[in-house]
Amino acid sequence: MSFSIKKQGQVAVVDVEGQLIVGNRQELKQKVLDELEKGEKKFLIDFSQTGYIDSSGLGVLVSLSKKIREQGGELRLANLNDDLQTLFELTKLDTLFQISDTRERALESF
Amino acid sequence: MAKPHVAFDLRIPSDVEYIEGVVELARQRCRELNLAPSTCSLNVPVALSEALSNAILRGNESVGGKHVRVRAIVTDAALVFEIVDEGPGFDLDRCTADCTTEENLLKEEGRGLFLMRRLVDEVESFQDEGNGIRLTVRRE
Repeated sequence: MSFSIKKQGQVAVVDVEGQLIVGNRQELKQKVLDELEKGEKKFLIDFSQTGYIDSSGLGVLVSLSKKIREQGGELRLANLNDDLQTLFELTKLDTLFQISDTRERALESF
Repeated sequence: MAKPHVAFDLRIPSDVEYIEGVVELARQRCRELNLAPSTCSLNVPVALSEALSNAILRGNESVGGKHVRVRAIVTDAALVFEIVDEGPGFDLDRCTADCTTEENLLKEEGRGLFLMRRLVDEVESFQDEGNGIRLTVRRE
């Protein structure tokens, strides 16, 4: 499992490889908060290489969404597979986040 | 009718770093039993991960020296996971919040038990030399 952040245009794109779970959620949170601190405003988290997400991982996404918004920024999500889509629907987090089918569509939506 | 058999029986330290390994083992058992793909890739991994993190973080409060026992039992009808910690136990119904309500949707915590109960067929608590949670995944 690993997280990487690359800049695409004006957007900081975060790739989540493997699981986003209780054991690594703080790492993701800190990486995104560090970028926010540096002045980044637009964030996209791409889940195309993600296995599963647990409740702690979902909680970190909610927390980051709030913190980014408080700083006048935006957080969007892309590439949820069927399992992750189910998870977001079960928890109604699909109503909280702007979710795109592809990274390209998500980048265009900013 | 075949006798139930234990697919694995592990005793792990109270450290969340052990969760992923146990979940991977459970996924392999799910695949061997030809359970539905989403059961192998979503329902069991997330429900078991929640049960283990509750046991480690809340039951054992991450105290070094405490352990969590996790067993997988296969019967003709179901795959059953039993997760036992060294904590005092808790009221499953009282602790399960609906995380989809307007007042809870923006909270960072409180989705674990909700997800567990949505993703497997049955969630029960029991006492057996500690506080236990039993997750039942029906095979049909």
